[in-house]
Amino acid sequence: MIDDPRARTAVRQAVSVSVATGLYGVSFGALAVAAGLSLPQTIALSALMFSGGSQFAFIGVLGAGGTPLAAVATAGLLGARNALYGVRVAPLLGATGWRRPLAAHLTIDESTAVGTAQPTPLANRAGFWWTGIGVFVAWNACTVAGAVLGDALGDPRRYGLDAAAPAAFLALVWPRLAGRTAQLTALAAVVVALGLTPITPPGVGVLAAALVAVVIGWTRPQTPRQQAAADLREVS
Amino acid sequence: MSTGTMTWLALLAASGVVFALKLVGHLVPEHWLADPRVARTASLVTVALLAALVAVQTLTSGYHVVLDARLPALVVAAVALALRAPFIVVVIAAAATAAGLRALG
Repeated sequence: MIDDPRARTAVRQAVSVSVATGLYGVSFGALAVAAGLSLPQTIALSALMFSGGSQFAFIGVLGAGGTPLAAVATAGLLGARNALYGVRVAPLLGATGWRRPLAAHLTIDESTAVGTAQPTPLANRAGFWWTGIGVFVAWNACTVAGAVLGDALGDPRRYGLDAAAPAAFLALVWPRLAGRTAQLTALAAVVVALGLTPITPPGVGVLAAALVAVVIGWTRPQTPRQQAAADLREVS
Repeated sequence: MSTGTMTWLALLAASGVVFALKLVGHLVPEHWLADPRVARTASLVTVALLAALVAVQTLTSGYHVVLDARLPALVVAAVALALRAPFIVVVIAAAATAAGLRALG
């Protein structure tokens, strides 16, 4: 079916990434229900938003009692990196017509990472599409499984699900913490978010932390080599 | 408006925003986002949001900063990550730690 050996390698990578990511869809489904979303809402979120970080943030802010507006803003800010991914993968894909919005919807950490890591144009495209579609199928199927499971479990605190959510965020931020600037930003974000907790509505401290990152990112000088290293980490 | 309706509206709005951002990346000319500060800032915003969410979800309850079973659970998650455990193992280890500590009282 696929003759090109390098495209075959890309497809193999796509399948393993899809399976691994799908498993983490189980935890998303369970946590979304624990945060108070209904089963249809949980399923709709995975299908329509389809960006893990934004989805976890959305249910995190709502679950903590934050306003819907704060949940939308946090999910949107976390989705901003997908715009940069789109800039990178669009020239590789050369998608036109209805394939373009489809490619956009499938533009996430995993599809960008696998797609851009391939050595030939054919393998780039195979890597992106197979990972995007593979993760979409696995992520949504596992979200349903997790939501049904979470619904059956009852009180989420008994199973430590309230601790599973921050652990999921820690796992998402962990690979991005290499480098002084990132570490400094993370520390400042923690201080700001906790400092604002007693005096602002839930969710506002997290948004203020994003502003800190904008200030640091825009003002702190960085050499081109450091930037290249940061870009590589971003999609690895 | 009921909470359920509000959640649906927020869900659709947030999904629309996230999709629009993805589409923008596919439609704008490449050089528009070529300034390295744009890429760096976007990457740091991701770090800041995730770090802030870790802190808020581990150490707060409503308007209060609290210490409970979630903190040791997060430490266990960090150890698992340092040992390069897969995502699902990290999450389960944290949940099991919190559940275990609460069961012990």
